[in-house]
Amino acid sequence: MAEPILEVKDLVKHYPLSQGILFKKQVGAVKAVDGISFDLAKGETLGIVGESGCGKSTLAKVLMNLERATSGQVLFKGEDISKLSGQALKAVRRNIQMVFQDPYTSLNPRMTVGDIIGEPYEIHPEVAPKGDRRKAVQDLLDVVGLNPEYINRYPHQFSGGQRQRIGIARGLALKPEIIICDEPVSALDVSVQAQVINLLEQLQSEFELSYMFIAHDLSIVRHISDRVGVMYLGKMVEIGTDEQIYDNATHPYTQALLSAVPVPDPTARENRERIILSGDIPSPANPPSGCRFRTRCWKAEDRCAEEIPLLAVPSVLEGPAAHESACHFAEVRESAAA
Amino acid sequence: MTTVIENDQKSGRLEVGTPLLEVKDLHVEFHTRDGVAKAVNGVNYSVAAGETLAVLGESGSGKSVTAQTIMGILDMPPGKVTQGEILYRGQDMLKMGNEERRKIRGQKIAMIFQDALSSLNPVLSVGYQLGEMFRVHQGASKKEAKEKAIELMDRVRIPAARQRVGDYPHQFSGGMRQRIMIAMALSLEPDLIIADEPTTALDVTVQAQVMDLLAELQAEYNMGLILITHDLGVVADVADKIAVMYAGRIVETAPVHELYANPAHPYTKGLLRSIPRLDQKGQELYAIKGLPPNLLKVPTGCAFNPRCDVATDLCRTETPELHHVTDKDGKELTGRRSACHLWKETLHG
Repeated sequence: MAEPILEVKDLVKHYPLSQGILFKKQVGAVKAVDGISFDLAKGETLGIVGESGCGKSTLAKVLMNLERATSGQVLFKGEDISKLSGQALKAVRRNIQMVFQDPYTSLNPRMTVGDIIGEPYEIHPEVAPKGDRRKAVQDLLDVVGLNPEYINRYPHQFSGGQRQRIGIARGLALKPEIIICDEPVSALDVSVQAQVINLLEQLQSEFELSYMFIAHDLSIVRHISDRVGVMYLGKMVEIGTDEQIYDNATHPYTQALLSAVPVPDPTARENRERIILSGDIPSPANPPSGCRFRTRCWKAEDRCAEEIPLLAVPSVLEGPAAHESACHFAEVRESAAA
Repeated sequence: MTTVIENDQKSGRLEVGTPLLEVKDLHVEFHTRDGVAKAVNGVNYSVAAGETLAVLGESGSGKSVTAQTIMGILDMPPGKVTQGEILYRGQDMLKMGNEERRKIRGQKIAMIFQDALSSLNPVLSVGYQLGEMFRVHQGASKKEAKEKAIELMDRVRIPAARQRVGDYPHQFSGGMRQRIMIAMALSLEPDLIIADEPTTALDVTVQAQVMDLLAELQAEYNMGLILITHDLGVVADVADKIAVMYAGRIVETAPVHELYANPAHPYTKGLLRSIPRLDQKGQELYAIKGLPPNLLKVPTGCAFNPRCDVATDLCRTETPELHHVTDKDGKELTGRRSACHLWKETLHG
């Protein structure tokens, strides 16, 4: 693998739960992200999948330094950015930008498109000197496939897909190296989703961007990602290349998740083997002991309650299929990808 | 899934008789400050007992407005039904009085909404809300209603129903809330259920649980189901037949297998090509160019023509009818229709 541009080491984010009015004391913590490590290489797309509440959006916020990490490190080109503040943080943030889920609420309705996309330049004037900004914004509009003449329009004059393009243009404004996309297409119509995904891919090869692509739609993640990480209740349970995850999933949670995805092919429905998980995801304030998935897992034994499985390459896997999985009983399921 | 195969056979048998619900040439308009938006523009479809009809379309295609009109819960004004019939067991519901419609709504035709949290009343316990169906429609006492509510919660597999009957909606997870919505829709054993994006707000694993439950209960009661969705994956899993909507019109209808194997409308074809598939890693995705039309100014001719790859001058001037579709030898394909001037070229390549 090429040299990593971003390294995340044992990242933890706990939100304290307190009790009492005058004398607040901490009675527990919501363990939103609880010890996650991974690398991101230059020009690579890492997909992060998981159900709501698994901590994938918190992870994005911590990487952006919008939330302070409780512990752990985020290394950008070897420098730990999780404890930076002030000028140093500002300088690093230029390189990591974010595209948000909802293009309706993430754009200020009272600002013109030109002001929205140009706002990053107010904070980082070194990127585009004042006289050049209008031109820079028009170039960006052109890059994301919008008419540069729309610069004075307001967000409500655009459709959902066009608004997401504006959000992407804003993310590109500071010429970042990493873009974190948090569910960038889930609010869009099917026919528009494909347009935005193609745009993201085209921008990646044009500007050599690294993406962290957070989504709950496994089909889209497979399409866009080089590597995929699966999260469950604040932990990474399995990580590998897209073939390793989609064709050779070894963690029961990944297998269940994949089997639950509806495939747009009615001929497959009779012979599909679905794993229906019982129950709901437990509360991250009080996660199960040992393996966090054991309460919903059909393979769980006593050992799973006592011993936390580590994210490591299981011994049963060999050759190109070998990838990390956090399960005591990791094995490839027959016809896992239904 | 075996339940689905059984449904196929059942619907095949029942299709000979009168369908449960028929929508005929329905037109619905909205009068807005900017002009008249034609949300539904001559929609026809029917559902028989035990059958699942999937209505597929993007936002603004009119799929939800059609459903709301069937239920009689469309806000009027600004909405207005200008033309058409909605026949429930042969009777036109649009001509009925309020009292008569009220007897059908909830008892005969029930609806499941997309967002269970905002569809449930946050200040009333779920038991009370479930029991309300029995109190209002059947005059049950509070005690009877509570017992029935517990029974229903059991049926949709909510664990510890007796203990949880007094809980409030916020105390349940998203999947549980959607089960309560299903329980509420099922409570009076209706003939027909309209599910408007029932799983869109849910995670995939929970979506699978909820769709399975719905399919199972449908088979048990032999209900008709209208499933409104934009998710081509969910449709492939449960539907018997599909109606694809675009800009207030049905552009294609077909049995589920044939639609996926061989679409007869360029829009359907484009949709199928534009979704990434879990079971295959593609290269660049095909993207339908342009945007869904503004309902205030739908393009003349075929509404899809500005986004269509094969559009001709005819498409720009003349609105296509919903043609019967035939195979290469000219034999009519049952249940298949396409609103495209060039359906032959689209279907036969």
